[in-house]
Amino acid sequence: MDWSYFLDLFMSGLTKGSIYALIALGYTMVYGIIQLINFAHGEIYMIGAFVALITATILTSMGLNLFAVFILAILVAVIYSSAYGFTVEKIAYKPLRHASRLSPLISAIGMSIFLQNYVMLSQTADFVPFPEIIPVPKFLEKVSDYVDPVGVVIIVVTVVVMIALSLFVKKTKIGKAMRATAQNKTMAMLCGVDVDNTISVTFVIGSALAAIGGVLIGAYVGQINFYIGFIAGLKAFTAAVLGGIGSIPGAALGGVVLGLTESFGTGYVSSDYEDVFAFVILVLILIFRPAGILGKSNTEKV
Amino acid sequence: MERLVEEVKKSLITAAWFVFLTFPMIVVKLHSAENRVSYRWINALYVAIGAFFISFIWRYLLERRDKKSSSDNVEDSLVYKVLNHPVYSKILYGAVFVFVLIFPLLFSTYQTNIMTTALIYVVLALGLNIVVGLAGLLDLGYVAFYAVGAYGYALLSKYFGLGFWAVLPMAGILAAIAGIILVFPILRLKGDYLAIVTLGFGEIIRIFLENWDGLTNGPSGISGIPRPSFFGMEMKVDQSLIFIYYITVALVIFTIFVVNRLQVSRLGRAWLALKEDEIACQSMGIDRVRAKLTAFALGATWAGFAGVIFAAKTTFVNPASFTFFESVIILAIVVLGGMGSIVGVIIAALMMILLPEYLRAFSDYRMLIFGLAMVLVMVFKPEGLIPFRGGRLVYKKREPGKDGSSNEKRAYS
Repeated sequence: MDWSYFLDLFMSGLTKGSIYALIALGYTMVYGIIQLINFAHGEIYMIGAFVALITATILTSMGLNLFAVFILAILVAVIYSSAYGFTVEKIAYKPLRHASRLSPLISAIGMSIFLQNYVMLSQTADFVPFPEIIPVPKFLEKVSDYVDPVGVVIIVVTVVVMIALSLFVKKTKIGKAMRATAQNKTMAMLCGVDVDNTISVTFVIGSALAAIGGVLIGAYVGQINFYIGFIAGLKAFTAAVLGGIGSIPGAALGGVVLGLTESFGTGYVSSDYEDVFAFVILVLILIFRPAGILGKSNTEKV
Repeated sequence: MERLVEEVKKSLITAAWFVFLTFPMIVVKLHSAENRVSYRWINALYVAIGAFFISFIWRYLLERRDKKSSSDNVEDSLVYKVLNHPVYSKILYGAVFVFVLIFPLLFSTYQTNIMTTALIYVVLALGLNIVVGLAGLLDLGYVAFYAVGAYGYALLSKYFGLGFWAVLPMAGILAAIAGIILVFPILRLKGDYLAIVTLGFGEIIRIFLENWDGLTNGPSGISGIPRPSFFGMEMKVDQSLIFIYYITVALVIFTIFVVNRLQVSRLGRAWLALKEDEIACQSMGIDRVRAKLTAFALGATWAGFAGVIFAAKTTFVNPASFTFFESVIILAIVVLGGMGSIVGVIIAALMMILLPEYLRAFSDYRMLIFGLAMVLVMVFKPEGLIPFRGGRLVYKKREPGKDGSSNEKRAYS
């Protein structure tokens, strides 16, 4: 057994998994609250990556240092992704709140196609290089022979964001409103929760997390194009279902399980079948736990 | 007057919001090679003006939609009047049928070929309609069965020299078996869990086709697939394509007939019950497992047929034709048409396939318009273009002066 190879795979799996988890959170939160698979979520993440790239390009040419560029790029990306998420909800989902469940799904797919082509036409259809803007602390450079320092930064950022989100949902008033809306919209409304507002907040938070994921993965992989959101969205959705859709720790766990499975599968079996491993583990887990790893299987009462 | 000021204010805010929103994409242009950006300020003005006026129209249309859905009955609309009228509907169907028959004579082979593609999608959508529209099982990997049909024909003709007519029924059976294999382990899954597993199944099939070089020739695909024969007659390419067109038309008619009959069969009603409520459906004595299996198997069969025709038409298959996007398009056709409604599905299939084809004039913008059209149709027609009105019992009032014995006619529409 080659331990350093194993460690490499483990680290890259964990890194990828934590980014999947960041995007999966957006899916899971939106799903929890309005039972919609938000197919445009991957595009929000892609827009986040593009906005960060543009901001970074402008700021670097102005001569700012790396750390400032990184923070500002993330900030602008988060603002814009949230704005897009908010607008998409208002245009494509809000008018369909009382329609059958598949109508918003198709509307989401249409939105996803629209946003992809919007970015392709207004920017470029080619892959563009993404600068290495993730600042690496000094002490991590010493261990860079063993672990990838960028990976460590990504994992740390993800963990911090997750903890912040959990606290937000558990402790704040708006978090409470979100949980109430997810449980029962009508009842929440009767208790004085502004449901429309709460749904908007959910979209804004989910989009902000996707933007962070977009910046991190852009800097990690080193290039982006208008199509990255589609694949990442599919993977993140898989991760969300794997962990039990609607559950926030589930999304985190699902993302990590998915990332590790892919990493070990490609490393030890074959790199051609990367996506097959992801879906095989999904099917296997769902056969034994039909509501995902952490999902609650609620017994229906008649 | 006050209302006008209010509306203008709303539109101004919308315009400002969209200028902000589109700024980094439409105004800023990234030149990644030179590591700099340039600015296209004029675009901001276009966005502002566009958003200002469109927001008026948007609000007006939404208001009208909400008013309409609460007051009017959909059955009263002109489309339904024609479709339900005993004479007009027959005239309409007859005219469409004649038009379809003489289509290759009126238009070029190129147009006929596009029409064949559209009709293949009609078959696919009607097949998926069984699974999604009737049985209410969301299937995001339907394209897998299409691939089974297409590759089934390609491989059977390559390795065993089987012809089109021999493979056509076999492909249907193969696809049905694939459907049963897929659904058997996941009978317990519901709703979106089922959706993601079917999605995964579709992707797994595609990835295997892409990587199993020895059998499927990998991403480069299989070429030289024979076109269908007509009692051993030699045909030129043009004639052969027109022949395929008529085969597709025949298949569409057969599909419509079968789906129509299925809807009102015992099985079709079992599916509708399954869609409404699984537990209630079981307690009525419907075998849930059987209903699910037959829905998937029958749905897949049509995809298998369509796959064979597709392979025969293009004489070439590769994995790129069977991506997730294809499943999405087929699902979009079903929902846009109005789930369960045959006429709606046909119209939506023609729209979804012919629209991008004839939008080629706008080349770059066609997919942008396509995506936008999907959103707009859903927002303003959430139940689809021609909503399905079947599956419920309609009590017709007694007409005065008639025989009282059948005073309440029950019609199952």
